[in-house]
Amino acid sequence: MLCVENLHYSYGAINALSGISFQVNEGEIVALIGANGAGKSTTLLNIAGLLHPQSGLIKYQGKDISKLPPHKVVEAGISLVPEGRRVFSRMTVLENLEMGAYLKKNRAEIKESIENVFDRFTRLKERRTQLAGTLSGGEQQMLAIGRALMSKPKLLLMDEPSMGLAPMLVQDIFTIAKEINQSGTTILLVEQNAYMALSVAHHAYVLETGAIVLQGTAEEMANNPEVKKAYLGE
Amino acid sequence: MFWQQLINGITLGATYALIALGYTMVYGIIQLINFAHGEIYMIGAFVGVMAVIVFKVNIFIALLMAIAVCILIGVSVERIAYKPLRRSTRLAPLISAIGVSIFLQTLMTLIAGPQAVGFPQVIDDQLYHIGSVTVSKVQLIILFLASVMMVGLQLIIKYVRIGKAMRAASEDYDTASLMGIDVNRVISFTFAIGSALAAAGGVMVGMYFNSIHPLMGVMAGLKAFCAAVLGGIGSIPGAMLGGLFLGVAEVAGVALGYGGYRDAIAFTLLILVLLFKPTGLLGRPIQRKV
Repeated sequence: MLCVENLHYSYGAINALSGISFQVNEGEIVALIGANGAGKSTTLLNIAGLLHPQSGLIKYQGKDISKLPPHKVVEAGISLVPEGRRVFSRMTVLENLEMGAYLKKNRAEIKESIENVFDRFTRLKERRTQLAGTLSGGEQQMLAIGRALMSKPKLLLMDEPSMGLAPMLVQDIFTIAKEINQSGTTILLVEQNAYMALSVAHHAYVLETGAIVLQGTAEEMANNPEVKKAYLGE
Repeated sequence: MFWQQLINGITLGATYALIALGYTMVYGIIQLINFAHGEIYMIGAFVGVMAVIVFKVNIFIALLMAIAVCILIGVSVERIAYKPLRRSTRLAPLISAIGVSIFLQTLMTLIAGPQAVGFPQVIDDQLYHIGSVTVSKVQLIILFLASVMMVGLQLIIKYVRIGKAMRAASEDYDTASLMGIDVNRVISFTFAIGSALAAAGGVMVGMYFNSIHPLMGVMAGLKAFCAAVLGGIGSIPGAMLGGLFLGVAEVAGVALGYGGYRDAIAFTLLILVLLFKPTGLLGRPIQRKV
């Protein structure tokens, strides 16, 4: 479904990605794990169109999307849950969700999507008229996920969804990711929390200073001595 | 006396508010002080006059023509002079804006000549007396149109799809684009709305003071900019409040016998407000994104 080939990206003189390649198959959860500064978020921002690679291809359903602006990437069926949630804090919960469905024209369809989000996240329903900035961190993360689902993406990109959340909520977020995947959405997940990421993913890639150093099924990765040592704290 | 001056002040303030809205909306989205905005207002006034004199149309048709021309110019200015500089330093588009401002002033001086042009009397000078207050028909029309436009703007921002997209983009440009919002179109729309309001302001001021000239946008633009900052730059209700406040203060100053300081009042007020409340009357505390 998504095939990244030899992707290069640098922020000025600082090399962030030096030729990474990986793929995401339809129906899977794929995890990109690695330490801070490994290039995980940069990879997602390149796919989402907020950054454009210096070289390399990002093929989505056979077509190169590496030069598309973000709104065209959304139109193609890819949606990003950004790092740090980035909800529109001066807009209400409902308005945030409406923004997520910006490209949908059919009002009935939008309404149905909103109901689906409210079914999944009942807390958001209670707080629908509240400004998003007044929500707790966990609620904001749910709103960010719900908002990304409003465009009915085929591929959902999640950037550090567990960051800054209480341990109990972290568990919830990964359960939700699994549920979203089971209802038919492919997920590319970027996480520092390797243990949780590997527990839900099918395949995983380990990123180190802009290069992929290990790859395999999530199970292989979880049992790999190097991964255990570096990322699982064993 | 007091009520009379208040009405006069509000009329003047309403035109400042219309121009100030353009500054504040553009700043809200791309953090640019569009110094060419005063010139859009000036062009609006000239198109209005030409429409009345040359095409002999009704003033309301002239107003619509001024709005149409200014939308076209405002959006083109953004495309030509600001968009290519969007990823550069913040100073570059600002200097570009000053360049556009000088260009438009000079262009209009070439076309219409440097002298003031009389605005034909398009509205009969009927006066209405309410108690001790006298209101002219022009004043009533200005107050009515300005209110309709400001209420209309608020409704668009609050309820219409593109208006909500404007709010989203002004809060977080990148995240708005991740929603599927074509941010370039939102920016063009913002310039279009701002230019339309400025054009209307230009025609109204022309009617009110019966005189327009190619440099009229300089002082009006600066004062409206003061009004926007006074109200809190980026805040739409702030620009409205700031404009009204400035208009009333200016008229009050003149009524109290300080007519010579007319133009200084706006800037003095700006300095005072910024000293005590740096974010303006309705401005939000500045948040730095990490």
